[in-house]
Amino acid sequence: MNSKFLQLDLRSSPHVKRPVTVEVIMRNVVYALIPVSVFAVYAFGISALAVILTTTVFSILTEYIMVKVDGREITINDYSAAITGILLGLTLPPGFPLWMAALGGIISIALGKYLFGGLGFNIYNPALVGRGFLQAAFPVSITTWHPAFNENRFSEFFSSNLAAPFLKPTVEAVSGATPLAALKFEQKATDAFSLMFGKTDGSLGETGGIIILLCGIYLAVRKMLDWRIPVSIFAVVIIFSTIFNMINPEKFPSALFMLFSGGLMLGAVFMATDMVTSPVTKRGTYIYGILIGLLIVIIRIWGGLPEGVMFAILFSNGLVPVINILTKSRVYGTKK
Amino acid sequence: MGTFKHGIHPPEKKEISGDKKIRRFPFSPYLIILLSQHIGRPAKPIVKEGQEVVRGQKIAEADGFVSVPMHSPATGVIKKVGTSLDFDGKMTPSIVIEPYPGSEQSVQTGQDVNVDALKPEEIVKAVQEMGMVGLGGAAFPTHVKFSPPKDKPIRTLIINGAECEPYLTSDYRVMLEQAKRILRGTKIVLKALKAEEAIIGIEDNKKDAAQVLKDTIAIDDSAVNFIKVELLKTKYPQGAEKMLTKALVNKEIPSGGLPADIGVIVSNIATVSEIGELMPKGQGLIERVVTLSGKGIDNPGNYLVPLGTPLEFVLEQAGINDKARQIIFGGPMMGKSAAYLEVPITKGTSGIVVLSEDEVIPRNQKVYPCIRCGECVNVCPLYLNPSRLGILARNDEYDKMAEEFNLNDCFECGSCAYVCPSNIPLTQYFRIAKKVLREGRKRKESMVGTPEA
Ligand code: SF4
Ligand code: SF4
Repeated sequence: MNSKFLQLDLRSSPHVKRPVTVEVIMRNVVYALIPVSVFAVYAFGISALAVILTTTVFSILTEYIMVKVDGREITINDYSAAITGILLGLTLPPGFPLWMAALGGIISIALGKYLFGGLGFNIYNPALVGRGFLQAAFPVSITTWHPAFNENRFSEFFSSNLAAPFLKPTVEAVSGATPLAALKFEQKATDAFSLMFGKTDGSLGETGGIIILLCGIYLAVRKMLDWRIPVSIFAVVIIFSTIFNMINPEKFPSALFMLFSGGLMLGAVFMATDMVTSPVTKRGTYIYGILIGLLIVIIRIWGGLPEGVMFAILFSNGLVPVINILTKSRVYGTKK
Repeated sequence: MGTFKHGIHPPEKKEISGDKKIRRFPFSPYLIILLSQHIGRPAKPIVKEGQEVVRGQKIAEADGFVSVPMHSPATGVIKKVGTSLDFDGKMTPSIVIEPYPGSEQSVQTGQDVNVDALKPEEIVKAVQEMGMVGLGGAAFPTHVKFSPPKDKPIRTLIINGAECEPYLTSDYRVMLEQAKRILRGTKIVLKALKAEEAIIGIEDNKKDAAQVLKDTIAIDDSAVNFIKVELLKTKYPQGAEKMLTKALVNKEIPSGGLPADIGVIVSNIATVSEIGELMPKGQGLIERVVTLSGKGIDNPGNYLVPLGTPLEFVLEQAGINDKARQIIFGGPMMGKSAAYLEVPITKGTSGIVVLSEDEVIPRNQKVYPCIRCGECVNVCPLYLNPSRLGILARNDEYDKMAEEFNLNDCFECGSCAYVCPSNIPLTQYFRIAKKVLREGRKRKESMVGTPEA
């Protein structure tokens, strides 16, 4: 009997644990992003594949190097760098020059994550930091859109993809306009059906809203995504756009259009819900979601930019520490 | 249905032993009676080596108020009055008894007591005399608990039948099989406390037990108006004092305070049952119901085990198998993992859970940084912020943890560590932090002397 007991574990309680670990959660987020990426490739062809692969590979590489330099434990297998890379790729237009995409991946991880101290310490969503950087550095390339469902999409790259570093890519003649820009600048509304099923131009992950929603529901059901955040964003956007649309249907789009256009779906489901950069309290997550929703409506309707999701989320990320403090619970047995 | 906010739902695992009736456990070749198996001062031995004792005879007496006596669990001979290994690996005063194999082991001592004639103070004294401590695991002397400060009248006696720890079913069996004793005990305790009402709280995964108690109370005219049975939502840690007061009388125990501050005393159901059984007979506590469970043993069940039975003997009888990986005294959420096979069953042992390979937490599980998922914040039954506390603990900022983040309110229920996806040993950190602070304070006091001294 005794030899067997040399194997006994000694611990301090609790002695049981829920099997859901960071690794399991992150892996499932990657799974959920796969259909979204596959749809992007289906809509935009090999260019899309190249962009997503580039951002993902460079994000993971950067993570690997930063961790090595830092002398820390390898954290690649926690999938979080992959998620950042895929998400960044999905926010970019399909014809985006690959060298810029690579730079975006590096910046996301180095600046968005490691500058703050690595996984768990960053305040801003790393993919959005990368995207914000690219927006500032390459304003033309990042707003050069290409039509979806091009005939040659599976055999040819958009020529701008292959632009050499630090040269201005030649702007292509066929560039389309995103539904939001069309509305903002040309007063042209795209029908909601096309939006939902990705039959529009836009960045890779902006199209195919229904797929994003379904993947989000999968994660929410598995309790790996806080449904409160997208639900409060949607609620605010629906309420306000319905009111404005009733006031002036010519000028203001319908709620459905608002929900399924631009990066709203991708942002609300996959970026605003990033655990590290969203509040820890339940009440806080509602406030945070409402804040993002309000900002999106304000930026889209009154701001100069057709797209407001990225700024809305980044801004709200910055307020999370304050939200956490404001929504702190009263400790049991104390007055406050 | 009563409940509290937050909490967790670990797999209950009650099915392993829940339907097994309480059975008497055999006597082991020797029994080790630790004299310090309760909170407070160790009992003082009143027997000598080589002396014969009968089952139920007092062998050690209480040393002061916060202490209880010990009674011999078997008829036999005193082998040693000395020290034995305790749970933490320290040598502690003990008495070793060798039961006579031939003895029929019937309880010889004790004189019938007319409990109805006893005054409240006499009941409290009798509770101490029987060596009673909280059988839920805390092992706090029951008579001390039953003596609240004079300026804090007790209105409600809460009897804890929640048994929220996974695996454990001893209280469940006690409720099913000892309803009459529980009723008798409840009346005795109500009288001792001069309380108005008793509420028996039971999780709704034990509806049958609740029904048995309700039926028993319903046919007793002298009980029906002031003893209630209430169902509680099945949720961990429903059976914690702070959760029970919230769920049953909707009051919070003040931070740093006691249930008596809000006119409540909480007692475990097995404690009340034993009082109901032993006090009228004038006998002491010599055995208790213990759940043996987990996949690491072949004969799970609920057993009436003589106090002092060594773990090794318990495991042999329970049929420990090759899958056994971890032995826990108590339940897996708050119990202690055993390091030595010599340690005996004590008054506070509600169960022994032997976890198998597939039940334990994998070894060398990787700890990730906190990803601020908020899970811990949303399960802590005291609304603490374990995420923040965990980060402070890592930086050894123990004072800040206590002063700004209510570390000392944490009762180490384990819910936060249970849910943390980053595998951060939050509860374990908090336990260490509290210990360090406690010891630091002690050191300081011994250096400067306490202000009162
Ligand atoms: S162990 Fe302490 S901090 Fe963690 S959930 Fe329980 S009471 Fe809260
Ligand atoms: S559960 Fe763990 S990872 Fe999540 S917030 Fe709490 S400490 Fe951080």
